[in-house]
Amino acid sequence: MTTATLAPESVGLTRDEYEEIRRRLGRDPSPLELRMFGVMWSEHCGYKHSKVTLELLPAESPRLLQGPGENAGVLDIGGGWAVAFKMESHNHPSAVDPFNGAATGVGGIIRDVLSMGARPIALVDSLRFGPLDDPTSRRQAAGIIAGIAAYGNCVGIPTVAGELVAHPGYRGTPLVNVACVGLLRHGDVARSRAAGPGNAVMLVGARTGRDGIGGAAFASAELDTGSEREDRASVQIGDPFAGKLLIEATLDALRAGGVIAVQDLGAAGLTCATSEMAARGGMGMRLELERVPVREEGMRPDEILLSESQERMLLVVAPGATGRVAEIYRRWGLRAAVVGDVVAAPSLTVHSGGTPLVSLPPYALAEAPVHRPAAREPATLRARWTMPDLPMVDPAAALRTLLSTPAVAHKRAVYEQYDHMVQIRTVVVPGAGDAAVLRLPELSPRGLALVADGDGRLADLDPYRGARRAVAEAAANLACVGAAPLGLTDCLNFGNPEHPEVFWTFRQAVTGIADACRAMRIPVVGGNVSFYNESPDGPVLPTPVITMVGLLEDVSRTCGAGFREAEDIIVLISAADPDMAASSYASAVHGIEAGRPADVDLDAHQRVLAVVREAVARGWLSSAHDCSDGGAAVAVAESAILGTIGADVTLPAAARTDAALFGEAPSRFILSLPEDRLSDLQVLAAVHGVPVAILGRTGGDRLRIAATGQREQGWTIDLALDELSRAYESLADIL
Amino acid sequence: MRFGVVIFPASNCDRDCVHVLRAVLGQEVEEVWYEERSLDGLDAVVLPGGFAYGDYLRAGAVAARAPVMTAVRAFAQVGGAVLGICNGFQILLEAGLLPGAMLRNAVLRFRCTTVHVRVESTQTPFTRTLREGHVLQMPIAHGEGNYFAPGSLLSTIEEAGQVVFRYCDADGRVTSDANPNGSVRNVAGVCNPAGNVVGLMPHPERASEEVLGSRDGRLLFESVITTVIARREAPKQSRLYEIATGLRPSQQGRSPRPFGARDD
Repeated sequence: MTTATLAPESVGLTRDEYEEIRRRLGRDPSPLELRMFGVMWSEHCGYKHSKVTLELLPAESPRLLQGPGENAGVLDIGGGWAVAFKMESHNHPSAVDPFNGAATGVGGIIRDVLSMGARPIALVDSLRFGPLDDPTSRRQAAGIIAGIAAYGNCVGIPTVAGELVAHPGYRGTPLVNVACVGLLRHGDVARSRAAGPGNAVMLVGARTGRDGIGGAAFASAELDTGSEREDRASVQIGDPFAGKLLIEATLDALRAGGVIAVQDLGAAGLTCATSEMAARGGMGMRLELERVPVREEGMRPDEILLSESQERMLLVVAPGATGRVAEIYRRWGLRAAVVGDVVAAPSLTVHSGGTPLVSLPPYALAEAPVHRPAAREPATLRARWTMPDLPMVDPAAALRTLLSTPAVAHKRAVYEQYDHMVQIRTVVVPGAGDAAVLRLPELSPRGLALVADGDGRLADLDPYRGARRAVAEAAANLACVGAAPLGLTDCLNFGNPEHPEVFWTFRQAVTGIADACRAMRIPVVGGNVSFYNESPDGPVLPTPVITMVGLLEDVSRTCGAGFREAEDIIVLISAADPDMAASSYASAVHGIEAGRPADVDLDAHQRVLAVVREAVARGWLSSAHDCSDGGAAVAVAESAILGTIGADVTLPAAARTDAALFGEAPSRFILSLPEDRLSDLQVLAAVHGVPVAILGRTGGDRLRIAATGQREQGWTIDLALDELSRAYESLADIL
Repeated sequence: MRFGVVIFPASNCDRDCVHVLRAVLGQEVEEVWYEERSLDGLDAVVLPGGFAYGDYLRAGAVAARAPVMTAVRAFAQVGGAVLGICNGFQILLEAGLLPGAMLRNAVLRFRCTTVHVRVESTQTPFTRTLREGHVLQMPIAHGEGNYFAPGSLLSTIEEAGQVVFRYCDADGRVTSDANPNGSVRNVAGVCNPAGNVVGLMPHPERASEEVLGSRDGRLLFESVITTVIARREAPKQSRLYEIATGLRPSQQGRSPRPFGARDD
């Protein structure tokens, strides 16, 4: 192999980065080595623009068994059990090939959790599309949902929670963020550090083909209009059948002993897995390419090294155990081939037919250079904080409009396509409560609660506050089902970080998450950054998405969002006044996205959450629902629709009727409860210094709301539940 | 009693069935690998849901040809109780152990939701202790659950009492609104002529514990336990024996008939 003639730009690297490679190697890289650097130093693998900023995120927790830096974070949940979880994006592949892009996103995150030694027990997906009346966005949405369903359903992991938002800011660049949660015993935590010279390196699972070559580098480039045609070769095809076999076989192999380290093969395939495992262990690795099981004859070394064929894992195995490991995979119909071994010298060497092709220090590949991009506040940001006067509109029509917007509307049309009950853990199914609840028979009566939250519109208007609000909102959703936060994983979706305004926005968002997590003592145990989400129209809405995992002491004492009994008392507990700035109402009804989002007072927020959580855990409440998109009116309407019980409520007066109905603020909840529990709740709230306002009662088949503070002045909204339900089920006609 | 739960590659409700039978109902359970060629020592066999062989080719098509199916066929032939749930039902259809075929859901999408079914026949070990018209609430989760049988076959199995469950509303009315997948005449489950092999699309194992919202599915498992144990152990004079075998005391001395056989 000659040292000549491959321009760094052709593998996505800059001249400076090329010089850095030369400095690290003390020589020119070969073209093959340069291609390996190209994918490993891509943003997707190397986190070169985000690494410094991500260090702001706190991971401290007394429950922490494994923080960021492994394939997934692991937290103790008591009784010798732990949860492993992680969220990742698969935005670029899903833009080009919605079905396969989303499906392989699911497969990839499952393998991340599996490689911690955990059995995957739940999936969460957070989706962003362009407007659903736009044909391309609709096609992408349908394909992405079908892809998630096809993979998740087949592998038998329930998809239990998620988000769906449609906004022009995602036109052409849909976001597909998928999280997986796994369960394991403390003693079974697996890691990816290569150790023990002489140990075998085994490639297990599917064979290696020509698919997905250069996918990581592709994920780090902006899509242009020709992308759909030219980039198809960069999209991998998932095989959920092989994925399911890989889960079972790998769990069997880990339990059988002799497996020292495990890593999934995702972006950058063998190049990434070998260099990262070796680098983490401070070891070297020798790889013999002719031992790699390939799908087709005549694959070139670079194709084998960079292939992103799915459903593969790399194991480091004690020499005496390779036969047993191979037999376990064979039993599940999969291959397990010894492709090399661990060596003491810190060098990753690749041979083909005895010829050495590559010899690199693993850390040189795995530790991409760190960039500190310029940051600048977007020039137009502050101007957008001025909220124009909104004209008055028919409140009933506005309520119907809000209920039918995709972010608010019932997601039945989506989650019915997902098996959300397999593994028989799902106690609160998607749509029934503010978060999904899974029972843990291993720790009965304890359970887990899962939720995903993010708001690109808020983050666009104030990334710091928007990110804090996302963390606060996730914790609020958990409180409604009676769960306390254990930890979170985040997916940070932004445009091109080389644009100073995009990078400033990113850094503000990370700072917001970090501050909120410190204040609420919630560890960030892992996550993912997706940059370069840009279409010809510009960057996507900056979208930090949080997947938060919570713990319940008793799943039989959880709570749904729908009213449960007629003649219950409806109360609003709240630590903030509603505001029209950056509200869904201004956006969905008036087409205005302006105003500075209110910040969340995290101390007050924590106190309100404590009240809600305790009231749920004591079994006082019939329903608990947090006021988010569309404010108190939408929250009451949702509780009524979900419970098929009407209500008469009087909302506290505000400066304007529409602000009382649809104004938004964090830390506000609509609860319903039997009258004889009201005084208990009031005492509890008083202890925490949280105001409780009695709004009215459940009952009947209409929703009647007085927004003037006084019922005598007549109903501001008076609608039949059927009519509200029709608006709320709007997605049924679309997806 | 002793259940077998068959594990095909990519079965994914096998662990759920094992949990319900073992931990909830306290039965002995053997996990039967798909390469197994004998089911000796088992009293009943469950083919669980999932995506055996990824449902590649056609749902259940490859699994129906797995080695264990030879043993399942032999087990069924001597009157052994066999329950196919969801993918297990599809496999039994593909194996020819049950009549009819599955089409894609009329909505052309996978559907996971909770449905009601009405018990149409109590002449199977899985429904023997229920009553006709009993309404059960259970989840479904499938993409190919649109049961089809051509008119003549449908008439035959309906007349022979081989339709075991139909989708219905909460009050037991068999309506098109209550049909989640387009199945012909709302058929949700069928049995073979002898009644000992039953397939259904809903998941009884997902409705066997109160915390999951319904315990109706448990009735199917409890029925087969009662039936099999009674067949084996109950004194021949007893009502239990009568329930289990369909034999009235006057018919004693004749050997027990296969499940579902009728007086002529």
